[in-house]
Amino acid sequence: MDYIFLLEKLILIVIVFTVTLVFAMYETWAERKVAGFIQDRYGPNRAGIFGLLQPVCDGAKLFSKEEFMPASSNKILFALGPSVAMIVSLLGSAVIPWAKEFVVFGYHFVPQVADVNVALLYVVAVLSTGVYGIVLGGWASGNKYSLIGSIRAGAQMISYEIAMGLALIALVMMTGSLSLREITEQQSGMAWNVFVQPLTFLIFLVCSFAECNRTPFDLAECESELVNGHHTEFSSMKMAFYMFSEYVSMFFSSALISVLFFGGYNYPGMDWVSENWGVNIANLLAVGSILAKTTFFVFFYMWIRWTIPRFRYDQLMRLGWKMLFPLALINIFIVGVVILIMKN
Amino acid sequence: MITIIFYILATVTLGTAILTVLSKHPVHSAVYMIVCFFSIAGHFLMLNALFLSVVHIIVYTGAVMILLLFTLMLMNLNEDHAPKKKVASRIAAVISTCLTAFVLLAVLLKSNTVIDTYRAENIDFASVKVIGQVLLNEYLVPFEFASILLIASMVGAVLVSKREKKA
Amino acid sequence: MSIKNISLSGKKVEASRKKMSFLESIYFIAILKGMMITIRHFFKKKITVQYPEQKREFSPVYRGQHVLMRDQEGRERCTACGLCALACPAEAITMTAAERKKGEEHLYREEKYAAVYEINMLRCIFCGLCEDACPKEAIFLTKSQEMVKVGMDRESFIYGKDKLVVN
Repeated sequence: MDYIFLLEKLILIVIVFTVTLVFAMYETWAERKVAGFIQDRYGPNRAGIFGLLQPVCDGAKLFSKEEFMPASSNKILFALGPSVAMIVSLLGSAVIPWAKEFVVFGYHFVPQVADVNVALLYVVAVLSTGVYGIVLGGWASGNKYSLIGSIRAGAQMISYEIAMGLALIALVMMTGSLSLREITEQQSGMAWNVFVQPLTFLIFLVCSFAECNRTPFDLAECESELVNGHHTEFSSMKMAFYMFSEYVSMFFSSALISVLFFGGYNYPGMDWVSENWGVNIANLLAVGSILAKTTFFVFFYMWIRWTIPRFRYDQLMRLGWKMLFPLALINIFIVGVVILIMKN
Repeated sequence: MITIIFYILATVTLGTAILTVLSKHPVHSAVYMIVCFFSIAGHFLMLNALFLSVVHIIVYTGAVMILLLFTLMLMNLNEDHAPKKKVASRIAAVISTCLTAFVLLAVLLKSNTVIDTYRAENIDFASVKVIGQVLLNEYLVPFEFASILLIASMVGAVLVSKREKKA
Repeated sequence: MSIKNISLSGKKVEASRKKMSFLESIYFIAILKGMMITIRHFFKKKITVQYPEQKREFSPVYRGQHVLMRDQEGRERCTACGLCALACPAEAITMTAAERKKGEEHLYREEKYAAVYEINMLRCIFCGLCEDACPKEAIFLTKSQEMVKVGMDRESFIYGKDKLVVN
């Protein structure tokens, strides 16, 4: 029994890993496509149909590049930086529930790697450690630009984590649970949290942009001032790991947004489908539903990237501390008052 | 199985803790400390205290160590910058550390475990709900004292960092 | 009225230092507007020319590679007067004049002809001034879309009479 359980989880982990990495791979393609389309161009369209083989070409190119190591760098930390960035961004998707229970030949199978009851805190923990890769790699490069980039990343991460945590508190006050599965179950039908708490969603969205180091918050790798920020000195697959970890964490935070605010795997008419067509088909559609929501948010990230210019450093700090932080506190207060009124 | 994992974790914890103290470079010390904190979170996990382990990661590895690394990098300390301490102050440091360790050990040995009472009540003491209830019912006063302490330190920090107005 | 306040192009706009209203200062509407603009461009017709398959239409005044013309009887028109070389802003044209011998009347129109006529294609900027300067209507810039061939040494870019004179 134990071994079957372990095997099930192992298979699930492999599947989630593969899906995440393939998704991230095509995010790099989609990023260039979206950039092209928004700027009235086509984007990559030579390698394969619609340029779909482009990520493969990029990967082959990056693998065959020279592995460069600056003389002034700290060798171990230099190698550790990109690996930590990659590992941490892959860790997050462990707690995302992909669908309800599958029943295959009487065997119950839950497509979620770990249904921990502190999943939301786990997510915050993973996000808060995400900056280590950038900070360590940037410092170990022994380059001023990299150092400035990693210092900025550290400061930004800490500032926006506070507002993010407070936004999540407002959400948890309503759901009464930290488990992502339960939060999803509560949103069945169309009772999505975003309709109840739009302000929380807005704060969380802005903070997740900051946590992923995406434009307009990409001050860590700000090309126009800092060459390439923390990954200036990195080449070959080390550099690819940094790039990739950004896309993986984009996938993860999009999935998280859809779970927390857009009903996760729920879709209208799920009960009807599971009654008429069977549980498994309903669940397959559920997986499609959460992936579709995730894809939309990934597109949204890219849409924002090609619309809004980068913040200046003082603007970034002002937004984090003087706008989002008090706003999140007020939000908690309002949610508390509303919950009290509803109870009485 | 569990004991083997415990021994591995314990070795990592102690080894990195010692390396934190011994390594000359401040940033290396900080990195060892991060690993040490992670392994402590692992110990919490082995005790089935999910909440504590995750909160430990959020607070210590996620916030405190980042701030520490941040300041270390800003100051850009090198091995040459390590200040030479006098022998007397070194001896004083050793004695005070030993005293603290003694007090901690004494408290640990004298304390009677409450876990059995919780077990008897058949409550999942690791869950967030129970921890919240225990914190805000039984330990409300120490909890509030901790927050007052934090507020006081924050006000102090603001006061220190604020430039004095020219008279 | 000082010169600083005069807008020569008539497009000068004063940056307004007006204080923003609350709605403006949270930028929310401005961001939404910007996103609407980008999404409109997302669905617009793309203006990229897919080069090897599609070719851009050339302008009616397009100037391609040079030719040295012959007259109706097939004699070279060029008399090596040197006006084209004089007019050339890039100093790409060099020539050596020679006198027409007896029995060469069917080859050259006038008594003088260019024994050597070379254009350095690395220097030429295809401005067409040589065409304008020529009194004998000998040199022309064609509509040919053929580019100068890639080469490994500088000599291969110096086009002599063998490449320039029309057959």
